[in-house]
Amino acid sequence: MRKVIMGNHALSYGAMLARSQVISAYPITPQTQVVELLSEMCADGTLDAQFIKVESEHSAMASCIGASVAGARAFTATSAQGLALMHEMLHWAAGGRHPIVMGNINRAMAPGWSIWTDQNDSLSQRDTGWMQFYCSSNQEVVDTVIQAFKVAETLMIPAMVILDAFALSHTYEVVDVPDQALVDRYLPPFKPSIKLTPADPRAFGGLTGAEHYMELRYKLQKDMEKAPALIEETGREFGKVFGRELGLVDPYLCGDAEFVFVTSGTAGFTARVAVDELRAAGVKAGNLRIKVFRPFPFDRVREVLGKVKKAAVVDRNCSYGAGGIFYQEVKSAVYGRPGMPPLIGYVAGLGGRDITTAQFKEVAADAMAKAKAEEEIVWIGVKK
Amino acid sequence: MRPRKAKKIVFKSAEEMPLMICSVGHQTHNLTGAWRNIRPEIDLERCIKCGICWKFCPEPSIDVVDEWPVIDYDYCKGCGICAEECPTKCIAMVEERK
Repeated sequence: MRKVIMGNHALSYGAMLARSQVISAYPITPQTQVVELLSEMCADGTLDAQFIKVESEHSAMASCIGASVAGARAFTATSAQGLALMHEMLHWAAGGRHPIVMGNINRAMAPGWSIWTDQNDSLSQRDTGWMQFYCSSNQEVVDTVIQAFKVAETLMIPAMVILDAFALSHTYEVVDVPDQALVDRYLPPFKPSIKLTPADPRAFGGLTGAEHYMELRYKLQKDMEKAPALIEETGREFGKVFGRELGLVDPYLCGDAEFVFVTSGTAGFTARVAVDELRAAGVKAGNLRIKVFRPFPFDRVREVLGKVKKAAVVDRNCSYGAGGIFYQEVKSAVYGRPGMPPLIGYVAGLGGRDITTAQFKEVAADAMAKAKAEEEIVWIGVKK
Repeated sequence: MRPRKAKKIVFKSAEEMPLMICSVGHQTHNLTGAWRNIRPEIDLERCIKCGICWKFCPEPSIDVVDEWPVIDYDYCKGCGICAEECPTKCIAMVEERK
């Protein structure tokens, strides 16, 4: 059914259609409407789930871990400072192999106190062992939540579905809300092989000596390495059931492009408009939007970049002392590979500052004038 | 006493290990009572068999055998909660001298 809904409610509908059994909720702007709508769904019986009100985000994730280990499908959502407070529990969820799905609304970290978008909150959780999906439309949000549960439960690895504050979270778009019967066909109930049950008492997450710890982490990495193929496979299956394929990356006019932007999130859609305008002016431009950041889609990124003359990575984040985080990852993907183009890294749009089509054209002009990266970070739109 | 098969499991390969770290035996083969500095000793003359020490022991290291409390010193860490909660104060915390 087609509905006009906000990005936050797209997360709620995704969690509802996935038949989440436990929702833990702690409010934080700009996420609150995600759990607000879910609380209404639980209250009016639309969703048969335990709705747990907790006293902090740390407890929100702890509740999800408890629910997941008992064999329930668990969902929560947060943002920025809330995600940071969860940090310890994020390691517990991934290390314990609990396939929780969480919505995170990208919001800049304080101080300065901000509720507006950038990606430093979720990218600070890069190494916790969670999968990360960066969405660019409300349709993609609802679809990705459903897919994320399927991938997470197959691999027993938790997944974050991420969207930009306000630019998506509070923006209303037409969304084809999937039919429940089709979702049930696509996503079977969660049935873990090991779970917490009085019938077979076990202790979870216990002390693990040096003779076993490394193997646990080796298995996590090996299963993460299976994730790219599984995301594509389940994405194609999603396309067969719902008519919309989901992938690791979203290339736009990259086939014959000589210059591409590498983008993520809502800026990845703005970049398309800039590409159209550049093409109208005779520049063979393209846009490679990276949707899945963990696992990093090395092969798909190389496929596109191997055919272009130059690429500009536009980051809405910064690893202070190093530069844009996607830029570093893209560089590592092409390192030592022949035929790869020079990459130039740009930082734009921090703390919710708009990234405009004019800025993308400024990036394109700067990148095309340079033979190689001359500095680690080129700041776009900053008042120097 | 509970039946105890204290056996340490060491997996030979990553493949045979479960994904989740769970019940690989540490709680049975590690005799954590060795951490104890003070030990609870029950004066059964004054014990009224109320079961409060059994209920409050957080480990749980107190069993009830034929209605009488029996402390499992292999796991009791000497926290003293049983002595604190005992209504007749018949549990004394005594310094370990091993």
